[in-house]
Amino acid sequence: MTDLVIDRDVLIEAPAEVVWRTITEPDQMSQWFADRVELVVEPGAHGYMEFGDQGGPVVVEIVDPPTRFSFRWNHPRGEEPAAGNSMLVEFTLTPEGDERTRLRVVESGHERLAWPDAEKQRYADEHRGGWGEYLDRLATLLAKRRSG
Amino acid sequence: MTAQADDELWSAIADPSRRRVLDLLVSNGAVSASWLAGHVPFTRQAVSKHLVVLEQAGLISRRKQGREVLYQVEADRLDQAARAMADLAAQWDRRLATIKRLAEAAHAENKSRKQER
Repeated sequence: MTDLVIDRDVLIEAPAEVVWRTITEPDQMSQWFADRVELVVEPGAHGYMEFGDQGGPVVVEIVDPPTRFSFRWNHPRGEEPAAGNSMLVEFTLTPEGDERTRLRVVESGHERLAWPDAEKQRYADEHRGGWGEYLDRLATLLAKRRSG
Repeated sequence: MTAQADDELWSAIADPSRRRVLDLLVSNGAVSASWLAGHVPFTRQAVSKHLVVLEQAGLISRRKQGREVLYQVEADRLDQAARAMADLAAQWDRRLATIKRLAEAAHAENKSRKQER
């Protein structure tokens, strides 16, 4: 994957099946993501998420229990989320022993929201690697230049 | 930052060619478009287009020196971008911490139920 933006993980003292339910059941999702979640966890299903007094659509992409779950959202825009106008959130669950699970999340798409189509395609063709670290490096370099 | 400003910022930085231009500006201070064109593998026209996008995102600014126009990095805006990036990561760390707490509590409850049976 070349366009990752945010990539984080956490080690959870619970089996993958339990973690799976926590990340996919709407009443659980409303505790860690949005204030209110209406969602059927099936590939292609359209749902709705509410954040305070604002809300937006969400579209389920991959449902592969208990290892992969992904969805698209583009709060606070409100357009139907699809590739190119939304953030893609991808969860991966990896068992580490009997009662331990590594949960990884990758959120991508922040940088593509405002792009014209031609540029998006060119970006997809040309892009060489993640740019989150790039930004850090550039800021560090700049700080050095300013202090030096 | 507003959502729109965010989008402009991310799309400006996400392009590899523009990152190359930014790199050169960070390393070399204020330089002209012609100088930049001599240091990148794309055309002078492409350089000009990238400079416009970077300027619109607030990442660079221009000033006139004699007959030349020089471009330079806006350090504060770049810092702001790096911080916004870190904020997004921190937001996911908080969500993951909540998921961990919920899942571990559910697991402990399942186990104690099994023992009761």
